[in-house]
Amino acid sequence: MTSVLYDAPGPRAKRRNVLFSVVFFVLLALLLWWVWQTMDDKGQLEWSLWKPFTTSEAWTTYLLPGLADTLKAAALSMVIALPLGAVLGIARMSDHRWVRIPAGAVVEFFRAIPVLLLMLFANEFYVRSTGIPSDERPLYAVVTGLVLYNASVLAEIVRAGILSLPKGQSEAAMAVGLRKSQTMSSILLPQAVTAMLPAIVSQLVVIVKDTALGGVMLGFTELLNTRSTLAANYANVIPSFIVVAVIFIVLNFILTTFASWLERRLRRSKRSTGAVLGADKVDDVNAAEVGGTYGTGAGGSI
Amino acid sequence: MFDFLSDYDDPTLLGAFWVTVQLTVLSAIGSLIWGTMLAAMRVSPVPLMRGFGTAYVNIVRNIPLTVIIVFTSLGLANIFGVTMGAPDDFEAKAFRLAVLGLVAYTAAFVCEAIRSGINTVPVGQAEAARAIGLSFSQILRLVVLPQAFRSVIGPLANVLIALTKNTTVAAAIGVAEAALLMKEMIENEAQTLLIGAIFAFGFVVLTLPTGLLLGWLSKRLAVKR
Repeated sequence: MTSVLYDAPGPRAKRRNVLFSVVFFVLLALLLWWVWQTMDDKGQLEWSLWKPFTTSEAWTTYLLPGLADTLKAAALSMVIALPLGAVLGIARMSDHRWVRIPAGAVVEFFRAIPVLLLMLFANEFYVRSTGIPSDERPLYAVVTGLVLYNASVLAEIVRAGILSLPKGQSEAAMAVGLRKSQTMSSILLPQAVTAMLPAIVSQLVVIVKDTALGGVMLGFTELLNTRSTLAANYANVIPSFIVVAVIFIVLNFILTTFASWLERRLRRSKRSTGAVLGADKVDDVNAAEVGGTYGTGAGGSI
Repeated sequence: MFDFLSDYDDPTLLGAFWVTVQLTVLSAIGSLIWGTMLAAMRVSPVPLMRGFGTAYVNIVRNIPLTVIIVFTSLGLANIFGVTMGAPDDFEAKAFRLAVLGLVAYTAAFVCEAIRSGINTVPVGQAEAARAIGLSFSQILRLVVLPQAFRSVIGPLANVLIALTKNTTVAAAIGVAEAALLMKEMIENEAQTLLIGAIFAFGFVVLTLPTGLLLGWLSKRLAVKR
């Protein structure tokens, strides 16, 4: 494979590349050897610590219920945040100043604040002001925090989706006599949602990752939290971390792959007129940038 | 109204935010260095390095930061004995481990941002650089990276703002930064709303100037093509 940066290697370059490969391989092997050796010393490689994962007990008692809670919180947040985000995004583009400015303020405010603060605040709010039973409160707090943050991120994605549509779309709608609300609901929004689908799916990765915050700060029984109970039972700190990390990686990798498949598919179909907003859009809006939109986006979501 | 603030002297409100700022700055410097190295690996002619860079980015990006931070404390420190040069000082150890976790996580995003910047440099420039006999590392150092950095100030600003917000996760391993102090205050004091507003304001103060400054800088320094 050749790249922009280097040519097809000649004899000297080939020798040099082999040398670099060997040096890098040795460094990597040393690191892995150290990791292996330390794990061996601390007894983390004992088969008895890994064995629980081959039996059904560890999965049915700890990991699967944890995963179920992670997915439940993520799904709930998405389902609530999506319509809320659509409303906020549309409100931000309203012709009326008294709608546009408050909506803009809400979106910018919640994007600028760490999700963890929102979760902590929501948790304390529920303790003081509502009668939600204490075993359900963490779920409520986590979902509230995620909804507030992600609704405002989704609002920006929706807005970008609508702005990416050609102006002729709404002009044509006006020409045939549709009202503003009709134009939005039957012309602009459906197209915008299609264009935004990949970005929306990528946002799910952010939500899934953020549920772990509730596990460690609020006692929400998601995957990271059930991991610690599991590790306390079997004394398998490193194995349990590896298994949980792999579950998260697989889960998010599936979502990312689905998003980029969707993006390719939407780009290919000739029917849509608007642009397709990919995962990099998510990265841009997640960061709550305050000084206008930036150019080239980086892939992925933070 | 603000009387309760004087009850908190270790850390004080400003002290906690100062820890947040320190976490952000140190992690930003660390992840910029490690992220640039990863990006250089990902575009290098050595297949093994390319493979390592790709694997690192795809794995780390998909693990929740919370899992990484908790792992630095329970896994790295307790099992592997990585104490970052502070085996007995609990506070310093937690702080340094948090920086390590944040760097490991954020570098993946920095790497992707820089790589997208490298892709914006026209092919002809690298070809011209090769034609006058520059080596790969010279092309990268003298021709490509300087332009790439100028075009990714915007995306890097996004990463920096996200990092500022992500430092709150360090509260999970007991680093006395803003989120941990807010948790403590909000549980002890009656003015939930006021405390929420104070900390929200603090983060707006931290992120707003960063966004504005770097946004302005990215427009000013953008390579005109």
